Amino acid sequence: MLCCVCKEKEATVHLTQIAGDKMQKVDLCEECAKQKGVNDPAGFSLADLLLGLGASQEMESASGVEVKCPACGFTQADFKKAGRLGCSQCYQTFAEGLEQLLKSMHKGTRHKGKVPAALRESQDLAERLKSLQKKLEKAVNEENFEQAAQCRDEIKVTKEKLAGISAS
Amino acid sequence: MNIHEFLVTPSETARRDGPHSKIVMSSRVRLARNLKGVAFPGWAKKAERIRALEIIRPAVEQLPALKGAFSESMDNLTALDKQILVERHLISREHAAKNAGSGLVLNREESLCVMINEEDHLRMQALRPGLQIKQAWAAIDQIDSALEKKVEYAFDASLGYLTACPTNLGTGIRVSAMLHLPGLVLSEQINQIISAVNKLGLAVRGLYGEGTEALGNVFQVSNQMTLGEAEPDIVERLNKVLAQVIEHEENARGSLLEKKPKTVLNQIGRAYGILANSHSITSKETMNLLSFMRLGVDLGLFPDVERGLVDELFVITQPAHLQKQFSEKLGADERDLLRADMLRDRLRNVSRPLGAPPGHETGAKVDKPVEE
Repeated sequence: MLCCVCKEKEATVHLTQIAGDKMQKVDLCEECAKQKGVNDPAGFSLADLLLGLGASQEMESASGVEVKCPACGFTQADFKKAGRLGCSQCYQTFAEGLEQLLKSMHKGTRHKGKVPAALRESQDLAERLKSLQKKLEKAVNEENFEQAAQCRDEIKVTKEKLAGISAS
Repeated sequence: MNIHEFLVTPSETARRDGPHSKIVMSSRVRLARNLKGVAFPGWAKKAERIRALEIIRPAVEQLPALKGAFSESMDNLTALDKQILVERHLISREHAAKNAGSGLVLNREESLCVMINEEDHLRMQALRPGLQIKQAWAAIDQIDSALEKKVEYAFDASLGYLTACPTNLGTGIRVSAMLHLPGLVLSEQINQIISAVNKLGLAVRGLYGEGTEALGNVFQVSNQMTLGEAEPDIVERLNKVLAQVIEHEENARGSLLEKKPKTVLNQIGRAYGILANSHSITSKETMNLLSFMRLGVDLGLFPDVERGLVDELFVITQPAHLQKQFSEKLGADERDLLRADMLRDRLRNVSRPLGAPPGHETGAKVDKPVEE
């Protein structure tokens, strides 16, 4: 097995990281392992290592042409150099290349956890709107006009609330 | 008010106590956040960074929890001021390198610290003595919720909080604890523990974070993954691992005293001897020896010393803190002399360590080699 950094020498250092039900493996030759600080117990982090690898591999394979972020002018080459992105838009611009990188680095590729309160509220309202519209459709089909009228009123209120949030 | 008048004395901060503070020196939770529609600090032009700072700084200053806080632009702090903040673990080494366009807001208790335009527009952290990561998370969560009403964050429904480095994406959270693990180091179990902790997806780093040495047997354990796991789960997972590490350290100390008492007592006695009597000592040697003295205090070998004194010496013997006490610029050699003078002075009334921990008899037996 060849070292996954230099791709020249035989890999003799094999690292495994388990998080939840996901396993990450990295194979390195002795020299690259030393260079990456694998032997230094205090200074080593697999995520940093993966970031280095991912930045050069995944981003390149994403597409042949040089992609540039329309919002900030950041390029793939910049990412390779800095290991950081230019702006929040870059996540969309480089979405394709980043996907593999995120998969190898994190527990999942979808955010779980805190959401800003304002967004949470509008997400909740959007979901409520969807279910109300379904209910309305059903009521109309069943010719239950009393319920349909009620749904229509609730939909109106929900839409107004949603508009109020996005306006503020 | 300048930063030196503002900062609490090391003697006071070192005496703040928390759960498990014998082994856990401090807990920290930091969140990374960015403004919507503004380039990340590392890519933004200076004018754009200054604009971000001008949006964020007043918003942070207005938070009730940061009333009376110290707030300053990084270019108004001297290199020495910044180094002192690093030695106190209040800002990162990266932030200490920033100038115009970056800022710092620090509360009175030094339990909340917001770095503006570090790698992200906002790096806010809550600090607590001892093992209190749940409390630290609750505190910073509150700050974040208050701040999101004043500034608009870059957030994506599927990727979460958007950060300059993809390693922080999602929750943008880093939960960490600073651990003093002399028992695991002396019993040569530390590498095993580190690799086990690494395998669980957690990072182990040295005293000053990323890429630094584990001076004084102090290690930082923190989460690495930030996307796909909710904050309370990350906190819970780290808490579980920390409980295990604490247990291993306690066991290691117990079994060292049982099986290799002379090795341990020898280390502690020599550490005291050098710290209390030397005339020139580097900051690295000081930290490594203070670590053994701290262990001696924990084992009851210094009945008249509190742990707070050792922790205070940990801070005030570091280069910038030492330099601050003298008006003329010191070279490294001069610092080593003055550090030794300070240590001799502060330890002059400390009696030498007991011959054995209270309740233990060691006699004149040579330690038996331990079978693997």
